[in-house]
Amino acid sequence: MIFLKLFLTFFKIGAFTFGGGYAMLPFIKEEVLANNWMSLEEIIDFIAVSESTPGPFAINMATAIGNNQGMTFGAFGGIFGAFCATLGVVLPSFIIILIVAKIYDKFKNSTVVSGCMTGLKPAVIGFIGSAVISIAETVFVPNGFSTTIFTSATFYVSAAIFIGALIATFKKVHPIIIICICAVIGIISGYLL
Amino acid sequence: MRKKLKICLSLFWVFFRIGAFTFGGGYAMIPLISEETVNKRRWISESDILDIIAIAESTPGPVAINSATFVGYRVAGFFGAFFSTLGVVLPSFIIILVISYVLEEFKSLKAVQYAFTGIRAGVLALIVKALYKMYKACPKGVFYYIIMGLALIAVAFFKIEVIWCIIACAVFGLIYSLTLKGKVEK
Repeated sequence: MIFLKLFLTFFKIGAFTFGGGYAMLPFIKEEVLANNWMSLEEIIDFIAVSESTPGPFAINMATAIGNNQGMTFGAFGGIFGAFCATLGVVLPSFIIILIVAKIYDKFKNSTVVSGCMTGLKPAVIGFIGSAVISIAETVFVPNGFSTTIFTSATFYVSAAIFIGALIATFKKVHPIIIICICAVIGIISGYLL
Repeated sequence: MRKKLKICLSLFWVFFRIGAFTFGGGYAMIPLISEETVNKRRWISESDILDIIAIAESTPGPVAINSATFVGYRVAGFFGAFFSTLGVVLPSFIIILVISYVLEEFKSLKAVQYAFTGIRAGVLALIVKALYKMYKACPKGVFYYIIMGLALIAVAFFKIEVIWCIIACAVFGLIYSLTLKGKVEK
């Protein structure tokens, strides 16, 4: 049953990811790839969509995948799939925060909570690092690693875009502008090469 | 009763607008939440905002959901939490549904495929920047570097499921902070 599966998978993602934004990426990536819901290319494309639209990444991802998978049952299936996945990713936070709000003072001073966070904070950085490695592979060597990539023009275009975008983002250029410029360069070089 | 309904509706409206106008997820929302709920409506105090950030970071789930639920609960109990969370989720939900249909229509176009080839390299840069920012915000020390390295190697090279790494790192953190931390970090 795809709808139940969507709900449960995103419930798990919502319940076990700490930290905002891309902290969820490695876990989402793993679950989505394991279920064959999207390819890594599609996930990266969707990060771009998510950066250019309002709202949290996890919600955007849940809505899009739910809609995608439910669509086999028609348009209403798509909406219902999106609903199940989004409800799944929201519910754990909702329940946990309701509990925490009640026992707030205990929670705030808990050595167990702060102890777990001591391990989770650096772990999240390691997880995102691993996501960066696999995304870099998809971007630079989409057809697997071989010596021929150094003769392919797309490799150099991707490298140039990456370096340019990196400089731009550290100069605090807005992500949407960076994505738009990358799209234009991608289109121009696609037709030229 | 009527007063409570009114508060719930205005919570919904405030968080709906926050959800509709903040790009880049949870942390980008904090200043807006603070402006709307502390300065304008005086629902909560300035120090509550700091608590919200601390809680959102140390509980699972997206920061946006955590903060909406927490503020809503503080202001109007369970129903306040419900309406705030619904409000913050709804804009993304609607926008992404629409975009999914549009993308599906256009994704076979050559120009769109070329555009995304360029965009992927840009997205990689955005994630590297996010990673750098998180690294800067993380405490430094031998223990932290070891966990970072272990987490990276376990997931990237040994393909261990993220969920087990999360649990293991939480346990390591707990053991470390209960035993060595006080002695090592002074």
